[in-house]
Amino acid sequence: MQKNIILAGVGGQGILSIAAVIDWAALNGGLEIRQAEVHGMSQRGGAVQSHLRIADHELYADLIALGTADLILSVEPLEALRYLPYLAPGGRVVTSLEPFVNMPGYPSMDEILAELGKTDRPVLVHSAELAREAGSARASNMVMLGAAARFTGIGPERLEEAIKALFGAKGQEIVDINIRAFRMGQQLSNP
Amino acid sequence: MNRQLLLGAEAVAQGAIDAGLSGVYAYPGTPSTEITEYIQRSKEARENGIRSSWSTNEKTAYEAALGMSYAGKRSLVCMKHVGLNVAADAFINSAITGVNGGLVLAVADDPSMHSSQNEQDSRVYGKFAMVPVLEPASQQELYDAMSHAFELSESVRLPVVVRMTTRLSHSRAGVERQATLEQNPLYAEYAPERFVLMPHNARRQYQHLLGLQSMLEELSESSFLNQPVEGHGPVGVIAFGIGYNYVMEARLAHGIDCRVLKIGQYPLPRAQVNELFDACDTVLVVEEGYPVYEELFRGYFGSSKIRGRMDGALPRAGELTTDLVAAALGAAAPASTAIPGIVVNRPPELCKGCGHRDMFDAINIVMQENEEHHVFSDIGCYTLGALPPYNAIHTCVDMGASITMAKGAADAGLRPAVAVLGDSTFAHSGMTGLLDAVNDRSPVTVIIADNDTTAMTGGQHSSASGSKIIDICRGLGVDEKHIRVIVPLKKNLQENIAVLREEFAYEGVSVVIAQRECIESAAKKKRRAAAPGQ
Repeated sequence: MQKNIILAGVGGQGILSIAAVIDWAALNGGLEIRQAEVHGMSQRGGAVQSHLRIADHELYADLIALGTADLILSVEPLEALRYLPYLAPGGRVVTSLEPFVNMPGYPSMDEILAELGKTDRPVLVHSAELAREAGSARASNMVMLGAAARFTGIGPERLEEAIKALFGAKGQEIVDINIRAFRMGQQLSNP
Repeated sequence: MNRQLLLGAEAVAQGAIDAGLSGVYAYPGTPSTEITEYIQRSKEARENGIRSSWSTNEKTAYEAALGMSYAGKRSLVCMKHVGLNVAADAFINSAITGVNGGLVLAVADDPSMHSSQNEQDSRVYGKFAMVPVLEPASQQELYDAMSHAFELSESVRLPVVVRMTTRLSHSRAGVERQATLEQNPLYAEYAPERFVLMPHNARRQYQHLLGLQSMLEELSESSFLNQPVEGHGPVGVIAFGIGYNYVMEARLAHGIDCRVLKIGQYPLPRAQVNELFDACDTVLVVEEGYPVYEELFRGYFGSSKIRGRMDGALPRAGELTTDLVAAALGAAAPASTAIPGIVVNRPPELCKGCGHRDMFDAINIVMQENEEHHVFSDIGCYTLGALPPYNAIHTCVDMGASITMAKGAADAGLRPAVAVLGDSTFAHSGMTGLLDAVNDRSPVTVIIADNDTTAMTGGQHSSASGSKIIDICRGLGVDEKHIRVIVPLKKNLQENIAVLREEFAYEGVSVVIAQRECIESAAKKKRRAAAPGQ
């Protein structure tokens, strides 16, 4: 088993909390992990990504090679497109549809949807709405993780365990909201 | 299972703690900051009294680490590659004095310049100083290399460099820990013949350093960081640091069969290198950084046997990737989609609500009233003022250069000569330049954007901010009447414009301190206060 996952978003949107959940689940599942992230200047509202690799055998590179990502999981629709060169044939794109506009020239949603539509069965998620329904707009990352769960190579029960472990310190209510958000996302991509 | 998920930087930190570290000294700099932050957060480090607060700059950090080593204890000093330029005087000379307690310099290079002004390769400094350099290829190797580095440092009595690059420092992997070693006891020896670098001692010590070189080479031959990997065929690869990872990944992905020599400890293990070169018709040199050893292998007159960054097999600049190495080994390019044309760049920007925004608004308005409107700036969040919509600064060269470049331009006749730098950068390397300006009565206006933190690297403690900065400026001889404090808020815009206008017009040294807490730090404080009792 080996999964190459690109996590994408804008600095400050918290893609690293998604990474942390997958990492925790993978580590406790006895898998090998490499997860490269962006620190420093680009974190200030710039495009950020994390290369996350998990496998049941030794991994060498911290970076994913072009055309080999099984999944692009993006919390922002334009950012999903930025990493298409990494997508493997048959790889899947799961993205939030909430645009984050902080630069000139941001394309129209129709143009973005047209490009997303060229990928293999993209999973498009109104994450903010679902997160609010789950109990907090801040849980939209877990909605996105839920929507992408079946492409991560890790069982949903393990991911839920990780959510409980990582959000546990913030109290039961926060855990419940995030689990709810995760499950709502999961339903979206389960046919 | 006893695995912890650690960033490469954190693996260095944990490795040092477990190797009996007594103190870490550092100035923040991407991608090295997380080493020191990890030690500052570590409960074990606190319990064992490991000293870990931030230094004013890399030079003071290095010298303090050398002092701790002099007193017999193990010390770690951390910085980014350009920080080693600042610490170079201490570093090079500490190879001449040698050390007592183990002294390890962890330096993080930034090829592709993700957060830096150049991509200089710290291995060159290692060669220059003639000390051992370790370049681990994985997070686990980084961890394991730390105890090895301290032992090596104490056995050859030299500082040891651990070099890593952005990708390894900022990537997480599972790391297995070893048992924690005891710290060294305090043991300071009188050894002026080593530590007083007057010419007669320095000459003898330098001869000693030269004499050690063949032993260092022998130690490299048996290092766990240098390993041959079996393979066949006429093409061999010598892979340095994380270059090894991309080679192994390319071998797997493309079914390439070739000999590989993995290098992670310098000076080079000559016998192992000779063996590879003897066995192969062509050798691809894969280095994450400058073609330091490729150039050495080629020699002045060149060699057609060698491929690498210097003949275009690999790009001359920038980080390596599996794709680049695979192509250099003859693999076909992967099938891959292009980025759609509608995808525009998303450059970083100052945070919404950041005080620097209001400061730049005021500066821009006053500058537009002048024929010449050059602003000399520096390294920090405010460097983002170079980008639209502000386009407010026109230089960013090295830590502290804003003040001294403004001074030089003022000496040449430029008016107004304005410098903008942050509180932490001012403490790091701005104070000495300000003294030059005061001594020369140079007409410069130094704007210190005091947000009470080292913001760009994530909000580390600043060596000087608030009243301390005012006291420093006064102490350096800036006229009290021309030390002005403003608060960069929208509602103060007119007032701030008036202050800047007055000081730009003043024919002498003036300092305007734009004081407002970093909004990120403020938000962090608020979150911490609100967190349920921890």
